[in-house]
Amino acid sequence: MIISVASGKGGTGKTTIAVNLALSLQNVQFLDCDVEEPNAHIFLKPKIYGQKKAVIPVPEIDQAKCNYCGKCREVCAYHAIAVVPASVEKKGSVLIFPHLCHGCGACSQLCPFGAIREVDKEIGIIETGEKDSMWFVHGRLNVGEAMSPPVIRQVKQYINSSKTVIIDAPPGTSCPVIAAVKGSDFCVLVTEPTPFGLNDLILAVEVLRKMAIPFGVVINRADIGDAKVEDYCEKENIPILMKIPFKKEIAVSYSEGIPIVEKDPSYRDKFNNLYLNINGLKNEANSHHKR
Amino acid sequence: MTLAVNTVRTADVIERTVMIMKICITSEGKTLDSPVDPRFGRCRNFIFFDSETGNFEACENGNAQFQGGAGIQSGQLVASKGVKVVLTGNVGPNAHQVLSAAGISVFTGVSGTVKEAVEGYKNGKYKAAVVPSVGSKFGMPNK
Ligand code: SF4
Ligand code: SF4
Repeated sequence: MIISVASGKGGTGKTTIAVNLALSLQNVQFLDCDVEEPNAHIFLKPKIYGQKKAVIPVPEIDQAKCNYCGKCREVCAYHAIAVVPASVEKKGSVLIFPHLCHGCGACSQLCPFGAIREVDKEIGIIETGEKDSMWFVHGRLNVGEAMSPPVIRQVKQYINSSKTVIIDAPPGTSCPVIAAVKGSDFCVLVTEPTPFGLNDLILAVEVLRKMAIPFGVVINRADIGDAKVEDYCEKENIPILMKIPFKKEIAVSYSEGIPIVEKDPSYRDKFNNLYLNINGLKNEANSHHKR
Repeated sequence: MTLAVNTVRTADVIERTVMIMKICITSEGKTLDSPVDPRFGRCRNFIFFDSETGNFEACENGNAQFQGGAGIQSGQLVASKGVKVVLTGNVGPNAHQVLSAAGISVFTGVSGTVKEAVEGYKNGKYKAAVVPSVGSKFGMPNK
């Protein structure tokens, strides 16, 4: 089973939930897909034994073959190419802006003159390792790069479906989140009981409904805000999987980089329950599908 | 992209034509009395002004809402119009690269109305920007 842990906004405790859930289960693979700011390793402290470059194919123009027809610019959905036509006083040029390129390959396939070849551009790094018996993979986008989805997809190539896979998704509701959550059997949405929390939760719910991934909500710091998140979940028929009250011990262990289940093993049961909840809901969703 | 064409004689405004060339001014509106839009890639309109005839054409900037690449594609649009000079408030690095590849001179720090910008240019009031005047994503909402 693949469980992703996501959050409409940063700072809700998403990584805390993902890490502690993973540590409470057996036969787990942990994928940190928050490639712009991977931080699960701070808590899991895995031994890293493998490293690989994350690359995307970006176009390179053979100026000798190019006749500045502009086709590549037209087909690039990401506006990453400009073609300056030749004029009497100047020869033309094709300008590629690699940081906008998504590596989709459209331009090289559609150039009528075969003037484009693809070259790998390094945009990040993938690291694999182990924490006790847990398998660990994370990706890190290089500073200054903007294309996290390809790095996320490369992290996800390591998915081993014989394990319980926990994916720590990036915060937000944009493309990187979709890349991370895609293909999950279940998604845990972590939120806070505040107006901002609710606002971003609603956006995340929309995304998951569109993707047709079953999901439930974990309310973190459940006693610091108001009841609006709970009211919303009830109204929308969204299961609340777990409520974690604000506890000083959790904050302290977080600041020390120690997962709470390691400090206070009684939390293991709570996270085990979370897993059982997820499993039950996932099976329910499956049987709905079959009916 | 919608192309609004306004052809107006403004020979009275520009009496002494220094050079025969097409000038592009970023503009908030579609007339010569509109204020200059301080953004290049995400400006509302481009005004293409013919310094020979005094005619102009206003063109809405459909690139303005792009997530990324607004500057690049605006540079592309301006280059395809055979423009030699751009007058604007600020230009980002990507647009600057396209414009200079097309041999277009960019003058930044331009303000006031479009008409005043053209006048100012003719009087040598502005300096050509040899480097971009702002970072990328300038003029994006919430940035
Ligand atoms: S499509 Fe090919 S030939 Fe046309 S401008 Fe692009 S690279 Fe040049
Ligand atoms: S590979 Fe795709 S995104 Fe990259 S420049 Fe070509 S068309 Fe654009």
